Amino acid sequence: MGLLNLFSKASPGVQVLPSGTLTVDRNNHILATTVSSACSPELLQEIGDQVLNLFRQARKAQLPLSELTLHFSSLKITARELRGGAIVFLAPKHSFNSVT
Amino acid sequence: MESRHKVLIVDDDPAVLELYRDLLSQLPSHPEIFTTTSGARALSMLKSESFRLLLCDLKMPTMDGLQVLSIVRRSFPELRTVVMTAVHNEEFRSRAYALGVDLFWLKPDTQQNMEMFLQCIESLLGRDEEGGFRGVQSKSLMDLIQMECLSQSSTVLRVTRGSLSGRIWIISGELIDAETEGARGETAFRRILEWKSGTFENLPAEPGRERSITKPANALLLEAAQAMDEIAAPETQSTEDVEQADHRKTVWRLAALTRAGADFVVSLPNEAEGKAEGWGTEATQELGLWMRQATEACSKLAHDLQVGSMEHLEGRSLDHRVVLLPEEQKTYLVGWRAEAKVSQLSEQSKQLVASWDS
Repeated sequence: MGLLNLFSKASPGVQVLPSGTLTVDRNNHILATTVSSACSPELLQEIGDQVLNLFRQARKAQLPLSELTLHFSSLKITARELRGGAIVFLAPKHSFNSVT
Repeated sequence: MESRHKVLIVDDDPAVLELYRDLLSQLPSHPEIFTTTSGARALSMLKSESFRLLLCDLKMPTMDGLQVLSIVRRSFPELRTVVMTAVHNEEFRSRAYALGVDLFWLKPDTQQNMEMFLQCIESLLGRDEEGGFRGVQSKSLMDLIQMECLSQSSTVLRVTRGSLSGRIWIISGELIDAETEGARGETAFRRILEWKSGTFENLPAEPGRERSITKPANALLLEAAQAMDEIAAPETQSTEDVEQADHRKTVWRLAALTRAGADFVVSLPNEAEGKAEGWGTEATQELGLWMRQATEACSKLAHDLQVGSMEHLEGRSLDHRVVLLPEEQKTYLVGWRAEAKVSQLSEQSKQLVASWDS
């Protein structure tokens, strides 16, 4: 059966943007997530780490933030502070609602 | 028999093409209207027939409007070009004007805008008979106004800088009115002249416009030039003059803050050793440090997640809402009161930042 595979082309990989929710505690341990397992745990840790640092650094700058929204070209990340941890929402932006 | 101008409209939406065909065929000059849904087809039509005007949508599959326009500009330099789009994006506007388009127009959404759009198209078709040189020019606003006044022309100059927009009315070479962001007359004219760069469009003249500026244009331009020279060449001034100029600048910026309804602004040069400047806050350096950290964190996330560049960041605390805006040379942090309307904050911040370094 594997013979036919010789003639099939490798399909180009399309990166799927992470979508869902992620909850981390103050030590950046992931408590719960609804993000697809296609997104690596390291990447989720990285998101949690950056978000927690931003909250901490803002507090040091006399700007104690309770919510942060990062707008990228194709993704919106919203993070709410939860007693030192955070709940993070990842929402990809679709081309049909940005431009016509 | 008088020959009719030929107009070619390119848009991937057939319904839009039909609408514009109906509208443009009613123009006083009764142009012949041709339509196509693809950029490639438009180029082949331009090769086979002589057109006066090309109306092109920006967002199209396969070959987008900017690609079509860049080819048209080189291959058909005499062709008048108009971009019509639903994309309200200053970057597109600048890129389109850099390609030498005659007009960049957001698809009209009101009856009044539609009438102005049709007047502009009629004016562009009429101007073809005048001949002369065309090209992409980069002149100061003062030069432009002087040229319009010296040539005794009647026009409305629409000037845009980022999200700021202003209009200057000139009738028979006389400056009669100006309007921008809630200001009118001489105040608006001075405010527009303070903008360092931007784009301009010539709109059809409005002879019925009520006059609010009585001073001659040259006198106003001279005053503005003197004020700019004072700011631009502090080495020729005494210490007292420099202090006064700094004081005026600070007062102007605090007034701009109050006018916009913001609480504070911190600006941070993008180069690593740049020092933060702040107005309306005492924690400038601390906020500057956080801005640097936030920008780096966002760059890292953008790189790791491959989600494109950061457009802006919004934050909320008990008493403030903040917007972090990365610009070409500086990053800005604009602070608003907690009760400010969230839906307009990023747009309002962009407007404030656009006027900040003028």
